[in-house]
Amino acid sequence: MKSLDDLKKIREAAQQKVSMRGKNDGTRILVGMATCGISAGARPVMNKFVEEIAKRELNTVTVTPVGCIGECAIEPIVEVLQGDDRTTYCKVDEKAVERIITEHIIGGKPVTDYVIGKYRL
Amino acid sequence: MNELSLHILDIVQNSIRANASLVQIIVNEQKASNIYTVTIIDNGHGMNAQTLSNVSDPFYTSRKTRKVGMGVSLYKMACELTEGSFTIESEENVGTKVIAAFTNDHIDRAPLGEIEETLCILVLNDKDIDVLYKHTIDTSEYVFDTREVKQVLEGIPLNNYEVIMWIKNNIKDGINTLEEERK
Ligand SMILES: Nc1ncnc2c1ncn2[C@@H]1O[C@H](COP(=O)(O)OP(=O)(O)OP(=O)(O)O)[C@@H](O)[C@H]1O
Ligand SMILES: [Mg+2]
Repeated sequence: MKSLDDLKKIREAAQQKVSMRGKNDGTRILVGMATCGISAGARPVMNKFVEEIAKRELNTVTVTPVGCIGECAIEPIVEVLQGDDRTTYCKVDEKAVERIITEHIIGGKPVTDYVIGKYRL
Repeated sequence: MNELSLHILDIVQNSIRANASLVQIIVNEQKASNIYTVTIIDNGHGMNAQTLSNVSDPFYTSRKTRKVGMGVSLYKMACELTEGSFTIESEENVGTKVIAAFTNDHIDRAPLGEIEETLCILVLNDKDIDVLYKHTIDTSEYVFDTREVKQVLEGIPLNNYEVIMWIKNNIKDGINTLEEERK
């Protein structure tokens, strides 16, 4: 691994502000990452979330790969968890990710075009 | 799945489900012998002989959510298309090793693709599993190891987005350097 020095700088900057964040603060985004999800495009979807979160410095938003959600035909599936609210999106692509970030995560309104239900299937 | 790195992402999900704490991914491209090997080793709960003998059967899965398990069969097919050889070794409570040896210059050998995206997603796993990635081209080698990264980070989590972007760029640069050295 090269440029470990850059990593040290990132650490030092993060150490200044880390104390304010708890593990379950903010928004959690889960991306279904089983075979059916991966075949349907879950990796570029997850990658897009990572890049948008980094670009917009959304420090209280985390994105995590999860196993099979059980509905292969409508993958990629993404769940957004905020407090007790759970929104499940299906057939998500990179364009949908942009909308979920701006309209839902930042704007507070779920993107109904992709929602399959407010509660778990 | 048209990239080896997508298969790798998928196969490692099995390791994660098997409660591994370390996953090693070893890519070895050898021009002289014309073999491109991808080895994935985990220290998860492994498989008993019965499961091991069923693992490449698409109608076998230990999943409760559906009746087929496709991951291993698809990967095996991708390997055998290149007249390669595919082996799984596993021992209960020790771990599992999946070795896919592709014919390097075979027209059906899928490219590795965006391995840095695959590794970032693996790093973001929920269970804090360590990942070692070693990529060799002929005699040059690139190594990425989350244990080393964690040591530098002194407790700052890997899912910090600046850290993730650093990891992604590090892997991309590392492999590009290998490819330039080959020329
Ligand atoms: N690394 C591993 N450790 C322990 N068991 C494994 C491992 N890899 C595969 N298995 C077993 O083999 C089965 C088949 O794996 P495979 O990846 O083909 O399908 P799946 O994971 O069940 O479903 P899918 O991959 O389609 O999401 C798994 O359900 C599991 O029981
Ligand atoms: Mg699988």
